[in-house]
Amino acid sequence: MAQIKQTIKPNGKYMGRRIMRKEDPRLLSGKGAYVDDIHLPNTAHVAFLRSEHANARITKLDISRARALAGVIQIVTGADLRGVVENIPPMGVLPDLFVPQHPVLATDRVRYVGEPIAAVLAENPYIAQDALELIHVEYDPLPVVVEMEKAIEPGSPLVHEQSKSNVAGTFKLDSGDIERAFRKADRIVTGRFVNQRVAPMPMEARAVQADYQAGEKMLTVWSATQIPHLLRSSLSRLLKVPENRLRVIAPDVGGAFGGKLNVYREEVLLPLLAMRLGRPVKWIETRRENMRAMIHGRDQINYVELAVTKDGRMLGLKCRTLADIGAYPQMLTAAIPTLTAIMATGCYKIPALSFELTDVFTNKMATDAYRGAGRPEATYLIERIVDMAAAELKMDPAEIRSRNFLKSSEFPFTTPSGLIYDSGNYKTCMDKALDLAGYNKLRQQQERARKQGRLMGIGLSTYVEICAMGPATSDPPGGGWESATVRIEPSGKVTVLSGASPHGQGEETTYAQIAADQLSVPFDDVTVIHGDTASVPPGVGTFGSRNTAVGGTAVYMSAQKIRTKMEAIAANLLEINPKNIVLRDGTLQSKLNPKKSVSVREVARAAYTAKKLPPGMEPGLSETSFFSPKNYTFPFGTHVCVVEVERETGEVKIIKYVAMDDCGKVINPMTVEGQVQGGIAQGLGQALYEEIIYDDNGQLVTGSLMDYAFPKATQLPEYICDRTETPTTSNPLGVKGVGEAGTIGATPALVNAVVDALAPYGIQHLDMPLKPEKVWRTIEEKPEAR
Amino acid sequence: MFPANFNYVRPNNIREAVQFLNEHKDDAKVLAGGQSLIPMMKLRLAAPEFLVDIGRLPELKEIDLDDAVLTIGSLIRHADIETADLIARACPLLAETAAEIGDAQVRNRGTIGGSLAHADPSADLPATMLVLDARFSVAGPDGRRIIMAEDFFTDVMTTALRPNEILVSIEIPKMSRRTGCAYVKMHQQASGFAIVGVASLITLGRNGRAEDVRVGINGVSGVPYRAHAVEESLRGKPVDERNIAEAAALAAQGVEPLSDIHASSEYRREMATVYARRSLQRAAQRASAPQRH
Repeated sequence: MAQIKQTIKPNGKYMGRRIMRKEDPRLLSGKGAYVDDIHLPNTAHVAFLRSEHANARITKLDISRARALAGVIQIVTGADLRGVVENIPPMGVLPDLFVPQHPVLATDRVRYVGEPIAAVLAENPYIAQDALELIHVEYDPLPVVVEMEKAIEPGSPLVHEQSKSNVAGTFKLDSGDIERAFRKADRIVTGRFVNQRVAPMPMEARAVQADYQAGEKMLTVWSATQIPHLLRSSLSRLLKVPENRLRVIAPDVGGAFGGKLNVYREEVLLPLLAMRLGRPVKWIETRRENMRAMIHGRDQINYVELAVTKDGRMLGLKCRTLADIGAYPQMLTAAIPTLTAIMATGCYKIPALSFELTDVFTNKMATDAYRGAGRPEATYLIERIVDMAAAELKMDPAEIRSRNFLKSSEFPFTTPSGLIYDSGNYKTCMDKALDLAGYNKLRQQQERARKQGRLMGIGLSTYVEICAMGPATSDPPGGGWESATVRIEPSGKVTVLSGASPHGQGEETTYAQIAADQLSVPFDDVTVIHGDTASVPPGVGTFGSRNTAVGGTAVYMSAQKIRTKMEAIAANLLEINPKNIVLRDGTLQSKLNPKKSVSVREVARAAYTAKKLPPGMEPGLSETSFFSPKNYTFPFGTHVCVVEVERETGEVKIIKYVAMDDCGKVINPMTVEGQVQGGIAQGLGQALYEEIIYDDNGQLVTGSLMDYAFPKATQLPEYICDRTETPTTSNPLGVKGVGEAGTIGATPALVNAVVDALAPYGIQHLDMPLKPEKVWRTIEEKPEAR
Repeated sequence: MFPANFNYVRPNNIREAVQFLNEHKDDAKVLAGGQSLIPMMKLRLAAPEFLVDIGRLPELKEIDLDDAVLTIGSLIRHADIETADLIARACPLLAETAAEIGDAQVRNRGTIGGSLAHADPSADLPATMLVLDARFSVAGPDGRRIIMAEDFFTDVMTTALRPNEILVSIEIPKMSRRTGCAYVKMHQQASGFAIVGVASLITLGRNGRAEDVRVGINGVSGVPYRAHAVEESLRGKPVDERNIAEAAALAAQGVEPLSDIHASSEYRREMATVYARRSLQRAAQRASAPQRH
C-alpha cells in the first residue's frame, strides 16, 4: 500500500475530500456493463482474418471453404467495400505528411502483421474462429522495413511506394539564437535516447457492437471508446449516415490509456455490417489481437544536445527526433511527437531551442496516443540530458535543476515553443519532495553503500506537462471544449449529463462532488450520466488529462446557472429580493432573516409546477454550458526514485519512491492518488519491463502477456505520494489534470536512479527497458568491472 | 480465444480413463487443472478430439506419509502443496517450490501431476523432483509402473509417459537427518516462469562435510537436469562459501543453454551459476540449522 501524506485542506463540503468512488461498487462486484455484457437477440459474431506478413502482396484470397461452413453467415473482404468506404483518414497531420490510403480491409497489399484482411460473420464466435482457419490466403512477401534509422537510409525498401521515401512528414521548431547559445557554452552534453515502443494495454481490449433499427433508420453503435461523439462524427462521414440517426454508446469501458482515442477499421466496419445484414453484430477483441492491432505508444529516438555553462546554466537545447509511426497514420499519430517538441524544454528557462522531428513509416502497427502522449518522451529526453550535464559538471542533480527552474514569479511564462505556462512553483515542489525522501541522508547512505561495493542510485525527475486540451485556437481534435447539462429533477435529485466520456478516471464521483457543492445538495443525490450520444449533450472526449479541468468546469458553470435561477425562484416564493438570498445547507434563505427559507426540493417542485415563477421565467431547472478554455494547464512535479542494482544479476530493486505532484486544486485527493499511482506503474513499466519487439521480418515477438512484461503488483514498489497545490488560471476550478502525470514523472526518475547507481563504472546512459540482462551486460562490458 | 470443437469425457475411475486413452491415444488429452492445456486450446495451439477429465477421481487426490515415503496424488493442487502441514513437515522443499509457481490463481487450479506431465522446460517442479529422487507412479493398460524422475523428462515438453498412461502419484523418499534443501529462482518478468530455477539438497556427514549433494536446474536447458559436476565438486568437502562458489561455477557445464528474448544463452549460463550458489548456500545453512529443511 502506498503511504499517503495529506497536507492540503479541502475547499468545500465535498470538493477537496477523499470520497469513495461511486463507480467502484458496480465495477468491483462484476455489475458493470461492458460492450460484451450487452446482449442483443440474433447477434452475428465477427472475427477478423489478419495478415501474417509485415509486407506482402496478397496474390490469392479464397473464402469458399470458410463460406461453406455451417453457421457462417457472411464473409466480407476488401473487395466488397470498394466504392462503399475506402479510406479512414487521420485527424492530426503535419503540413508535409504523406497520408496513405487507409482501407478498412486490405485488398491487394498488407503492411503490418495484424492488418485486417477479411471479416467472418457467424452464428457464434466459435464458428467464426473455425472459419478463419478455412480461409486460404497466398502472400507474395516483400522486403520488410522494421527499424526507423534504417528506414530513412537511401535505398531502403518503401512502406508506401507512392511516397518517395519512408519519411512520412517533418516538423521543425526554432526559437532563440541556437548557434550563439552553442558557441557560448562551456560544455555541450550529448545523448541518444531510445524511447521504446510500448503497448497501452487496457484491461478491456477493444469491443464493438452495432445494430441498425430499420424502422427508425437509427444506427446504434456500442464501442469501448474514449470519444463517443468524435466517433459518431467520423462514422457519419464515412458511412454517410446523418449524425442525428447515429447513436454511439460508450458503456463501461475498461481503461484505454489513449488506445481508444481513435477511429479504428473495426469500428467502421461493424456498423456497416449491421446495416447490410439487418442483424446486430458484435466483435470482442482478444488480447493477442489487441497487442497486434491496437495502436502502440512512444517509439522515438531522440538525439539531444544541451549547451551549458560551467556553473550549470542551460543556454540551448537541440533535439533531432525520429518517430516510428508504423504503416498507416491513425487519428493523432502525427500529432503526438509534436507534443514532444513543444514540451522539450521542460521546467527550465532555456533561451534557445531547435527541434527537428521526422516521422518514419515502418511495417508495424501505428503509434498514437499512449498515457502521456508525447510528453513522457519530452520529459525523458530533457531529464536524462540534464542528469548527464550534472554528471559532466560534477554537480548535484537537484542543484542543476534548481539553478535553471522557472521562478514562480515568472508565470505566466511564454516558452520557446510559444506555449504560455499558466502557473508553477517548481522549486518549492522539488524541495518538498527531497525533504520527504530524505535526500541528503540518501546521498550519505549512497556514499557508504559505494564504499561497501553496493550499487545504490538516486534518481530525480522534475516534470511539467501540458493538459486540459485546450484552447480551440490550438486545433485539438474536435475542438477544445466540453459541455455538461445539470438538471435538478422535480424531486430535488440532481442529474449531471456530461459530454466527456470517462472510462476509469472517476468523474462519476468528482463531477458529483462539484455539483453537490454548488447546489448544496447531498453527494448521494447526484447521478452522473455519460457516454451515450443520444442522452448527453455534445462532447469531445476523455484524453490528455482534460476531463476535470474542461468537463468539470462545464458542470460547474451549469450548476452556477441553476443556482442563479433557484435564487430567483426562491426570492419569488419568499417575496424578497434575489440579492438577499443565500444557498446554504440545502436551503435558500434570506440573508437578513434565515427563518425565511425554502429547500432546494421545494424550489425544484416550484420550477416544474410552474405556478409561482417570476414573470417571464421558463419552467424547469436544467442548464447546459460549454466550456472552451483560453489556455492549457501545466501540471508539474518531482519524483524521486531510489534503487539498488544487484551487481551479479543486473536486477534493479526499487528501495524508495516519492512522488510530489502538483495538479492545481484537487477535487478528490483519493482519485488523484489513484491516477498518480496507476501512472507511476505504467511509467516504471516502460522503464523496467515493457517493450514491443518486432523481429527482422516484422513479426511481433512480444505478442502475448507471456512475453510482454506488463508489471504486476508484486513487481512494483510502495509509493510515497504527496502534493503541492498551485491553482491554474485557465479555469475557474483551478484544477490542472493528473491522469498522465505519474507516467511522465516516473520513467526518467527510475532511469536516472539506475544510471546514478552505475556511475562508479563510468556508465552514462542505458536505454530502456532496464532488464536484468541488459544492466548486467552493460556492467560486464566495462573494464572497471573486471 | 475460442477453442476448436472437442468431446468431453469424464471417466469414473483410473481404469476407465486408461482404457479410453488406450482406445484414442494421441487424439485424447488428459485434463487435470487445465492451466496449460486450456490456454493452448484457446489459442488453437492444441485441438484434441477428446478431453479426458480426470479432475474428480478421488484416487488421485490423496496425500500419504509413512515411515519411508511421502506419496502425493497427481491432482493435488500447487496451493495445497504450498500450505499443507504434512508437506511442510515432510518435504519443505516441495512447499517452497510450489510457492514459486505462477500466481495465486494458477496455484489454486494447477496440479502437481498436470505440471509434471506438461514438462515445460521453465516450470518449477522438475528440478525439485530430480533432487528428491522422486518416483512417478503411472497407470497404463498393463497396470502400474514406476518411472524415476531422472528418466521422466525426456525432451522439451516431452516425458516418458505414453499416450495411454496417467500419472497417478509422486513418491518422495524420506530424507535423512542433517539434510537441507532450497529452491531459488529468477523469474521471467512477463510469464513468471523460471529463467533459472535451482533446487538443491545437501546432507551433512558427522564431520560437517557434504555427504550427499544434489542439484537440479530448470529453465536453462530444454530438459531439466541434475548438475552432476556441481554435486561431485562439493561432495566430501566442507560447505563453506569458497567450495560452494567453486562448485556452482559448474552449474551449466556441458549444457547448451536456451536463448530467447528474455535471456540469452550466455546470461542463462551465468545466472545458473549465481542461482546455484544461492541455492546451495541456503541449503547448507538449513542443513546445519536444527530445523530440517
